Amino acid sequence: MDIQSFEPSMLLAVLPEILLLTLAGIVLACDALWSEERKRNLGWLTAGGLALIIGISLLVAVPDLQARLVFGGMVQQDWLGFVFKLLFIFGAAITAMFAMDHSELGKRGEFYVLMLISVVGMSLMASAGDLVMLYLAIETTSIPLYILAGFMRKDAKSTESGFKYLLFGALTSTIMLYGFSLLFGLTGSTSLYGLESLFSKIQSVPAAMVVGSLVLILVGFGFKVSVVPFHFWAPDVYEGAPTPVAGFLSTASKAAGFAVLLRVLFIIFTPFALDYWPTILAALAVVTMTLGNLVALTQKNIKRLLAYSSIAHAGYILIGFVSWNVLGMTSVVFYLIAYLLTNLAAFGVATTVSRITGSDDIASYAGLSRRSPALGLVMLVSFLSLAGMPPLGGFIAKIFVFAAAVQAGYIWLAFIGVINSIFGLYYYLTVLKVVYLYRSDNDNQPIPISRPYALALGILSFGIILIGTFFGPWYNWAATAVSSIF
Amino acid sequence: MQFPVLSVIVFTPIIAGLLILLLPAERKNEVRVVALAAAAFSLILSAWVYFSYNPVAGGYQFVENYNWLPALGISYIVGVDGMNAPLVLLTGVVMFTGVLISWGIDDRPREFFAFLFILASGVFGVFVAQDLFMLFFFYEIAVFPMYLLISIWGWVKTREYAAMKLTLYLFVGSVVSLVGALAMYFNSGLNTFNMLELARVGFSKDFQVFWFPFVFFGFAVLGGIFPFHNWSPDGHVAAPTAVSMFHAGVLMKLGAFAALRVGIMLLPEGAQTWKWLIMGLATVNIVYGAFIAMVQTDFKYVIGFSSVSHMGLVMLGFSTLTRNGLLGAGIQMFSHGVMTALFFAVVGMVYDRAHTREINQLGGFSKKMPLVAVAFIIGGLVSMGMPGLSGFVAEFPIFMGVWQVQPIVAIVAAISIVITAAYIIKIIGKVFFGPMSEDFEHHIGDVTTLDKVALVTLCVIMITLGVYPMVMSPLVASGVQRILSLFGGA
Repeated sequence: MDIQSFEPSMLLAVLPEILLLTLAGIVLACDALWSEERKRNLGWLTAGGLALIIGISLLVAVPDLQARLVFGGMVQQDWLGFVFKLLFIFGAAITAMFAMDHSELGKRGEFYVLMLISVVGMSLMASAGDLVMLYLAIETTSIPLYILAGFMRKDAKSTESGFKYLLFGALTSTIMLYGFSLLFGLTGSTSLYGLESLFSKIQSVPAAMVVGSLVLILVGFGFKVSVVPFHFWAPDVYEGAPTPVAGFLSTASKAAGFAVLLRVLFIIFTPFALDYWPTILAALAVVTMTLGNLVALTQKNIKRLLAYSSIAHAGYILIGFVSWNVLGMTSVVFYLIAYLLTNLAAFGVATTVSRITGSDDIASYAGLSRRSPALGLVMLVSFLSLAGMPPLGGFIAKIFVFAAAVQAGYIWLAFIGVINSIFGLYYYLTVLKVVYLYRSDNDNQPIPISRPYALALGILSFGIILIGTFFGPWYNWAATAVSSIF
Repeated sequence: MQFPVLSVIVFTPIIAGLLILLLPAERKNEVRVVALAAAAFSLILSAWVYFSYNPVAGGYQFVENYNWLPALGISYIVGVDGMNAPLVLLTGVVMFTGVLISWGIDDRPREFFAFLFILASGVFGVFVAQDLFMLFFFYEIAVFPMYLLISIWGWVKTREYAAMKLTLYLFVGSVVSLVGALAMYFNSGLNTFNMLELARVGFSKDFQVFWFPFVFFGFAVLGGIFPFHNWSPDGHVAAPTAVSMFHAGVLMKLGAFAALRVGIMLLPEGAQTWKWLIMGLATVNIVYGAFIAMVQTDFKYVIGFSSVSHMGLVMLGFSTLTRNGLLGAGIQMFSHGVMTALFFAVVGMVYDRAHTREINQLGGFSKKMPLVAVAFIIGGLVSMGMPGLSGFVAEFPIFMGVWQVQPIVAIVAAISIVITAAYIIKIIGKVFFGPMSEDFEHHIGDVTTLDKVALVTLCVIMITLGVYPMVMSPLVASGVQRILSLFGGA
């Protein structure tokens, strides 16, 4: 692909990023100018601004089906990046609403600004066309997230969480950077799309060398998407981080990791594809989902349970990668859309409940359906969607992933996935049992749901059901996104 | 364009369920009225479909076909033929009587009816589905509300255990079938989930023989086939009355029906190969289930195991792959559904008043609730296969079909009729006639009018079918004809 010289229309490729930075500036200014009482409205400002950005992007910044490389090869303007950008922005808007009534986050302007900056990083991750750009984008995403995870400075667990995330993140990103530099040393290029053609030209590069450096890169991505054995940070970080942040980490940040994995795998890993990758990825998928599900069985804390469940879901998503065909990749994107909504809803309920009960123990959810039937229902919808029950998004997503595995001939992998989803069903039902069946002493005290929570949870529940019933449009979006890399 | 009656039947319960959820929790009577209205509406429509189906023309009627996801060949296709029209009617009947009998539920009736109706929509959806994807979609919808219904409103002692066991069993079964279904989809190369087209593909023999057990037994778990029947008596017993009725009356047919439609009809050569195994297991179901039912001391467990035994007859009918066997199995699904719904309704009424189900402690209930006793006796005669009642119409062709294929199995299976008679008569004698204990004498009254309406409805259906089998057998026969045509028009 030729690199074009600058022209104004290229700005459309980074329009969401520009608008995000503008919004961050506005939020920062309002934070300085507004009085303390009005600062809760920063959340509405952020969420509303993000919704506006989604609208503007859909109106003017829709990319052509024909992808193009802009800004000197730094950014690839295509549907894959576009779909993921909208997904991140949506996730951030919902997270802003969940943060509003959080005692430690709601009135702090810097919270919203940091989140917006990390969304800028994610957006660039999803559309980076060059290793240098990719690395910068990953760091732009990660550094604000380290701070957000440790945002509650007076809370020892939150501080620990931020620090742990930083250490793990720094270590894996160093390893990944080492992989990048090896690739550069072998080929003399940092451009993702340039590497593709270089690999085919240079016969002298030993394959083992390239594969080795790619494995190093995989470590970095593996950390982002919390694949076993790079998952150790997830439960501790989710547990300690403020709940809305944990929700954001487990959805948008994870989706960003998968977006990069999709792009990079199919550009620079493909020449060695059939020899190595499906096997390596299949092994990772099996270990990830099995370990995630088995450990989740014994969890007593809702956030740790969701952390292990999100590890397991990363395993299911990897099944789509293993199949290495169009259906598989489409199912990955579809899965991520469904998963983002579902998991945000689950963390949203956790935020709402812990605000009143002050606890994240699953035992404290006893009697929830009596205290607040609506919250009970949202919990039901999100957990059954995680478990893969129709008519919810998670069911369709799982079927697509398993279908891709069967299509590619990985029937044994589909069976392992299926067995895993049974473990999953067990612990999701165990939580729902507490919500619906057990009673607590506070059965008569209703749990108030403030307006932003009601709105966000309503949108998410509606979305989960919509994806699970009218899945055509979402599937077509995912298919279009994937068509730009295949 | 004709009125989309099947879609209305499928979606009425779920829409009613959502409406009920929108009502305030304390308006319990409004909730019940809305539920009853929706159930009556479904019943009327399903009866209308049943009686206006034209068995002479045969094939699928009332067909609706919409694209769902064209890129993968997923469509929303519904239609009824001779096999599923009775089952749609059955679901309507059980739903209606189930609502009548659940009138007294006082703990969160709003959620109860909402979940029950979501389940009903799933059941209707599976019965009328002609698209494999759609079938799975509704199948799972029919399974998961069961967990909540049993664990929240069930019998305190075993509900958590039974609900989880049931859900996991059924989920395992369905996902195993799902993998088989996906294999069919990709192997056909047609890029369609339409079952009519998949039936025409003619999969290779090896493929069919390999995948048939996954698909068939995956669904047959819900049909209660031995040795995967274990969840079923526990589930029946733990469930609240209306859910037991639904569960034994309709859900178990769902498993049998899906095993027939996806397993036997799409993989006929596989069915030919494996039919001996199915026949063997079904015989174990029938005889073993009946023996276990006889030694139970809990009234509800007796009925639970009798369901296992009777569902064995359905499977046995399938396994013959003959006209008579399949005809009998088709009618048995309906007849047993009505009969077992009645049984569980009676058990529920007795338990609600006596607060015990130990057969030895019960007695003399015919004095207090004569209509219930009459209804139970009619149901009991049906389950023994007494001529003039629906059970005979169903069981007689099954045994004829089995005799044609394997007389020894017919003889062994027929033993169960004797055992059935033994445990049913024992119950009638002890529970309804024996001496009533002092404690019960004073505080036990008759059942409510609504309960009576439900019982009479169920009894009338069983008697009508027994006296005049022509209301159903030509219909089912036309469905059987289509199945046989898949086996080379035998």
